[in-house]
Amino acid sequence: MRTLRKTWPFHLMLLPAMIFLILFSYIPMGGIVMAFQDYKPWLGIGGSEWIGLDNFRYLFEREDSVQVIWNTLFIAVLKLVFNLIVPFVFAILLNEIRKTALQRGIQTLVYLPHFLSWVILGGILIDLLATGGLVNRFLGFFGLGPYFFLGDNDWFRFTVILSDIWKEFGYSTIIFLAALAGIDPSQYEAAEIDGATRLKQTLHITVPSLIPILMVVGTLALGNVLNAGFDQIFNLYNPLVYEKGDIIDTFVYRTAILNGEMGFGTAIGLFKSVISMVLILISYRLAYKWAGYRIF
Amino acid sequence: MYHKTTGYRIFNVFNTCFLILLAVLCIIPLIHVLAVSLSAKSAADANLVGLWPVGFSFEAYKKTAANPLFLHSLWVSVLRTVVGTAITLLITFLAAYALSKENSVFKGRNVYSWIFVFSMIFNGGLVPFYIVIQKLGLINTFWVLVLPGAVNTFLVILMLNFFRGIPKELEEAALIDGAGHFRTLFSIFLPISMPSIATVALFSMVFHWNSWFDGLLYLNNAKDFPLATFLQTVIIQQDMSSMSVNPKEMELISQTTVKAAQIFIGSAPILIVYPFLQKYFVKGMTVGSVKG
Repeated sequence: MRTLRKTWPFHLMLLPAMIFLILFSYIPMGGIVMAFQDYKPWLGIGGSEWIGLDNFRYLFEREDSVQVIWNTLFIAVLKLVFNLIVPFVFAILLNEIRKTALQRGIQTLVYLPHFLSWVILGGILIDLLATGGLVNRFLGFFGLGPYFFLGDNDWFRFTVILSDIWKEFGYSTIIFLAALAGIDPSQYEAAEIDGATRLKQTLHITVPSLIPILMVVGTLALGNVLNAGFDQIFNLYNPLVYEKGDIIDTFVYRTAILNGEMGFGTAIGLFKSVISMVLILISYRLAYKWAGYRIF
Repeated sequence: MYHKTTGYRIFNVFNTCFLILLAVLCIIPLIHVLAVSLSAKSAADANLVGLWPVGFSFEAYKKTAANPLFLHSLWVSVLRTVVGTAITLLITFLAAYALSKENSVFKGRNVYSWIFVFSMIFNGGLVPFYIVIQKLGLINTFWVLVLPGAVNTFLVILMLNFFRGIPKELEEAALIDGAGHFRTLFSIFLPISMPSIATVALFSMVFHWNSWFDGLLYLNNAKDFPLATFLQTVIIQQDMSSMSVNPKEMELISQTTVKAAQIFIGSAPILIVYPFLQKYFVKGMTVGSVKG
């Protein structure tokens, strides 16, 4: 109790945050028991029937939910890979521009889409990608199209991945630019004296120097393997593309909230949360081991 | 010097052009929306507008400004952003101070840290969350927009790292002079923490302004919607059944030019705070990433 006399201000300072975390994080975690119930809102958690793992069995037997898991993986993994490569290359290219004002200007423009919501961008894209929209008119000049970017299953996936890269690549560049600024200039000077071309310098100094940070960013992104981007998909999809565009999060929303299959919805959510948690723990472990990365 | 070789010069020209092109691609959509919103209705409906208004007209903005539902949602958004950010700032500021202490000074710090971190890596999913919100009686209230997201572990870590950078002597001096931790926090730390407070405030403002799903999920009346939810319903779902508007008003809201005007107004606040954002978010992005 002596320590409490000294530390009570700290406990008091943490009290508001704890109340919010308990109410909005920890109590909902208790709700995962619904995944093992045939949950009926009028019976509540206490009164609903326990059905063991039936919801999970159902999850792997239903054709649509298996397809949804596959869609999620497909979209999320491609996003993850391209959202690593594109910013990586972009940062190296941007670093070659020596005029600071121009470099700044480009940075300002490419960071911007990250801060706009998918409602705004979705509204814009639906208009731009319509059959009579700006993009199809532009492609029309070259005798291409029109393409149903948001109405055709294969085009939809492509559009989702490309538009996500478009929104995020600039912002993801920041971390690589920070690392680039940290490379010791004397390495380049030495290479210069040895007569190495800029391409050689890039391949033998720049790229190897960035590999550790690339590994960290890549491993930390592992936790998102089941996050295909609810906001984006929800604002771009329509029943025509459910087959290949529907993902876990949008599926949960429709089955649980709109159709009222609460127990089943919870089960899918739990499936996703548990896998994500395991991946996050592994990735943090690896990032710590390889690069000494710590969040706290 | 590699800068002087012909090969590098050619590369430089192509590289510069390529990067400028990419940068322009990032804002073309916004310019297009602005152009459509300032065009005549007929030109916009015929898909004639590219990047410059055709038949210049402010009509769409006048119509938008005359729509009470739009104006009210704008007000809800402003309110949630201000109230939400204030709550988040206070909670984050207090929690980060306590968590920034060494284990030797604050026993029990580790337990709290884990409570924060675990909330970040695991969640109960949408359905249990929805039920808790329902049981708390937050459905169809304004508070559902500000309370559930009030604590963000990422922002706590951001501020905590800033506090760690403050010289210990400053705090020790204050404590020796007899100031308590609350006094130290508010009269010594607060004035010098403005950069981190600005960072957290900006992140929180952007979050609140852009949030739309909570409104859609927990609010049943369109008149309670924040702007982002209003836009989602009108522009993306094109479903105005929840809005109880007459057909004439409905036609008005769904005009191409009016839609574009609404989208542009919806993104305007972000564009306005963007210069400040850019100044601070680099710090936020790189937080905790490259330290040994």
